[in-house]
Amino acid sequence: MPVKVCAVTIDQAVCKQCGICVAFCPKDVLVADKEGQVEVAYLEECSGCLMCELLCPELAINVDIAE
Amino acid sequence: MAKVAIKKTSEIRAEYYRPNSFPTIWCPGCGIGNVVASMVRAIDTVGLKHDDTVVVTGIGCSGIIYNYLNFDAYHGIHGRAIPVAVGLKLANPRLNVIVPMGDGDSSAIGGNHLIHAARRNIDITAIVVNNSTYGNTGGQFSPLTPTGSITTTSPFGNIENSFDLCELAKGAGATYVARGATYYSRQMIDLIANGIRHKGFSLIEVISQCPVQYGRRNKLPTAVDLLKWQKENTVSVTRAKTMSPEELKGKFIIGELVNIEAPDQEYTARYERLIEKARSGGKS
Repeated sequence: MPVKVCAVTIDQAVCKQCGICVAFCPKDVLVADKEGQVEVAYLEECSGCLMCELLCPELAINVDIAE
Repeated sequence: MAKVAIKKTSEIRAEYYRPNSFPTIWCPGCGIGNVVASMVRAIDTVGLKHDDTVVVTGIGCSGIIYNYLNFDAYHGIHGRAIPVAVGLKLANPRLNVIVPMGDGDSSAIGGNHLIHAARRNIDITAIVVNNSTYGNTGGQFSPLTPTGSITTTSPFGNIENSFDLCELAKGAGATYVARGATYYSRQMIDLIANGIRHKGFSLIEVISQCPVQYGRRNKLPTAVDLLKWQKENTVSVTRAKTMSPEELKGKFIIGELVNIEAPDQEYTARYERLIEKARSGGKS
């Protein structure tokens, strides 16, 4: 059953811009700008797999899924 | 294996990490953050109480892990995290003792302690963050650095063979041995949780990434490159059974490697029986 993802939030004060979340998101929801700052560009594509949340070494990403 | 219920990161951060822990001291993309997060999620899955849990660390990048966590902790001396953990467990067997260490800490200077803790089969959970290098001191090679790797102390390639730490622990008598990788975070949580639940010595080796000291000297300059390398160079236990030794060369087998259930053979249980025997005049 497809899940409904309400928000992907990135704690920018904590993010070290290592690029892991951008590289491993299977739906390319996250995009890094020229400076490496990560933005949630295509939230509607997010499947809620939590790959980014679980791979972030700084625990900077939260994926909110509607129950 | 039961599927792990994933708790929200914000809840994990609030419950298990000390305030102002983030950003951590580790370099961008460092895998230690992944291992700590998985360890904490495993502790949460098993449902350990804060008051009954102790984290013991050694020296090196992974030695700082204790600093961020809301548990009582002991920051030991280099390689001696396991002796401290063994002492804690013997003095108070009720405690859950978790020992995250680096590859140098656990296999080089503390290698002897590791094999003897495994031999005694004492109920502590050792987690080895294997990032293939001594990151904290400038990227020297460790006993787990793959042969041929470029490091600051092997500029023309490491000529030494590396340890298979899991086989070593198995041979020494550990009753739970597993290997995970930071890329496979859900599996890593499962493996650590099973290691904590296991009554006896548990060793979980985690293949981790060090982009700054190891990766950039070995044509894998970013954390993303190293995680892709993990994907290509790890095989599951089930798949490994169908592969020939030639095919398995240079690959890391991940999953549960040893799991022997024998709670009465655990060291503190044996020690309790010895105390009872001594109290009854050596008769029972």
